[in-house]
Amino acid sequence: MLSTTFFLEQIKRSLAIAKKDIQIYYLKGPVIVFGLIFPLFLFLAFTIGRNLSAKELFPGFIGMVVFFTATSVGPAILPWEARSKTLERLVCSPISTWAILFGDILASFIFGLFISLVPLIAILIIGVEIMDLVLLSSGMILATFCFASLSVLLSVYPPTDIPSTVMMLSSLIKFPLVFISGVFVPIEQLPEWGKIVASASPLTYFVDLAKCSVNGISYFSVPVDLAVLTAFALVFLISSVKLHERFLPKRFS
Amino acid sequence: MSIAISVHNLTKRYGDITAVDNISFEVKQGEIFGFLGPNGAGKTTTIRILTCIIKPDEGKATIMGHDIEKEPLQAKQIMGIVPEMSNAYIDLSAWNNLMLIGELYGVPKKQRAERAKRLLEKFGLYDRRNQLVRDFSKGMKQRLILCMALINEPTILFLDEPTSGLDVESAKIIREMIVELNNTGTTVFLTTHNMEEANKLCHRIAIINHGKIAAIDTPEKLRVKSSGLQSIEASFDYLVNMDDLAKIPCIKQVEKMGDKIKFYTSDTNEALNRIMDYARSHGLKIITLNTLAPSLEEVFLKLTQIKNGV
Repeated sequence: MLSTTFFLEQIKRSLAIAKKDIQIYYLKGPVIVFGLIFPLFLFLAFTIGRNLSAKELFPGFIGMVVFFTATSVGPAILPWEARSKTLERLVCSPISTWAILFGDILASFIFGLFISLVPLIAILIIGVEIMDLVLLSSGMILATFCFASLSVLLSVYPPTDIPSTVMMLSSLIKFPLVFISGVFVPIEQLPEWGKIVASASPLTYFVDLAKCSVNGISYFSVPVDLAVLTAFALVFLISSVKLHERFLPKRFS
Repeated sequence: MSIAISVHNLTKRYGDITAVDNISFEVKQGEIFGFLGPNGAGKTTTIRILTCIIKPDEGKATIMGHDIEKEPLQAKQIMGIVPEMSNAYIDLSAWNNLMLIGELYGVPKKQRAERAKRLLEKFGLYDRRNQLVRDFSKGMKQRLILCMALINEPTILFLDEPTSGLDVESAKIIREMIVELNNTGTTVFLTTHNMEEANKLCHRIAIINHGKIAAIDTPEKLRVKSSGLQSIEASFDYLVNMDDLAKIPCIKQVEKMGDKIKFYTSDTNEALNRIMDYARSHGLKIITLNTLAPSLEEVFLKLTQIKNGV
C-alpha cells in the first residue's frame, strides 16, 4: 500500500521529470511537425474554399488542436531517452516507473493545454460567442490529459530507440482517429457503422463537448461525454504504466 | 565490518546466452571492490542488475540490506552510479543536469545547490556550469557524471569503466576522487579493464569470465596464489645454453629477455637453489638475481585463458 508521504515524494519527482521534458523536448523537430504543422495544414486543406462560419469550424478545430498537440510530445520522449542512454539514468534513480511516466504525461498535457489556449483566446477575441466557457475549459483539461496519456501509451511498442519510428507508427493511429471523430463530418451525418466506429474514439466525445459548449447542441449528452473521456483517460493511464513496466526492460537488453 | 553488497546465485540469460551464471560474492562496507573481466564477461550485466536497471532471472542481491527486487527504490536511494557511457542530458546545462538528479533523489533545494556548487568546483566544471553538456569533451562529461553520481552523497558508488578512454588529467582526478570518497567511508564497486588501476585502487578483486567468477581475493593474494606464474629473473656473465636451463628440475618455462633470463616456477625457493647450483657447476658468475611475483595482468590473463580453454 502506498503511503501518502511516499506518493507525494514521487509526485514531486514526476514534476522534475516534466520540467526536464519541457526544457528538452518541446522544441524538437518531430514535436513541432506532428504537433503544430501537420494539424494546421490538415485544417487549412479542409476549410479553404468552404463557406463555413468560425462558430461552425471551431469545435472541430479545437478538437484537432487539443488532440494533435497533446499527443505530440509523449511518443518522442522514451525512444529519445533510450537512444541517448538517459533512460538508464532515470531507471536507476529512486523514482517509480509510474512517476516517470506521469512526468512525461504532465509535459505532454502542459504542451497541449497551452497551445490549445491560443485558438480559444483567438476565437474569443474575434467575438465568437461561446455558450458555456466553463464546460469547454473543463472538457479541454480532461481531453488534454486523456490524449497526453494516450501519447505515452503510443510509445510502448515497439520498444525502439528510434523516435521517428514511434512518431510514424503513432501517426497511423492518430490520423484515422481524426477522420472518424466528427472533426470534419458531424457524427449525425455518418452512416450507422460510422457512428459505431466514432463511439470508439475518445476524440469524438471532446468534439461533441466542444459543439455543445459553442452551440448548445450535442450528439451524446454532456455527462456521457465527460464520463467516457474520464474512462478513456484512466484506461490510457493505467495501461500505459502497466505496459511500459512490462516492455521497459527490453529497451536495455 | 558489515556487508554493503550481497549477491547470491545471481543469473541472467539473454535467449540461449547466459550473461551472468550463478555468481555469488559479498562486498564489505568501506571496501573498494574491483570487478574485472574481458569484454562480454558479464561485468556490465552484473552492474545493471545491482543498480536495478534490469532484473535477474534467478538469485538474490541486496544493497545495504535492501533486496533489489523487493525494495528497489530504497536500494537506489543510497547508490551513486557512474556508467561507462556518459548519460547526462546533452540538451541541458551541467547545472540543470545536477539539479534534475538532485530532485530525483529528493535532495532539498538549498542542499542541492550547495552540493552542486561544491562538486562542480571540485571537478573543475563550475565555470562551465551554464554551458550545454553537448559542448563538453568526453573527460568533462565523465567528470559531470561523477558529480551527478555524488549529488545524493551515496553510501555505495558503482563505477563502470570510469576512466576508459579519458585523458590523463581526467582519469587522475577520478582515481583521486575514488580514494578520497572511500576514505570518508563510501563503498566503491568498480569495473575496469585497467589492471594497474585495479591493483592500486582495489582492496579486493573479483575476476569474472563467461559469466562466472573465476577468482576473488586481494590483488596481492591473487598474485601469490597464482602458482606457475611466479618467476625468477637472472643474468650471468657469459651466454648460457637455454636448452640446458630448461632442463633444470622445477623450472616450467625459460624466456630470454635481453641480457636477462626469466625462469617460471611454482617453487621459487627450490628454483633459486637449482639456478645457483647450475651457475656454480658451469663456472658462471650470477650478475643479478630477482624473484618476481606475477603482475595482476598475468593473473588475469591466466585465469581468463584457463576458462576459455586456451
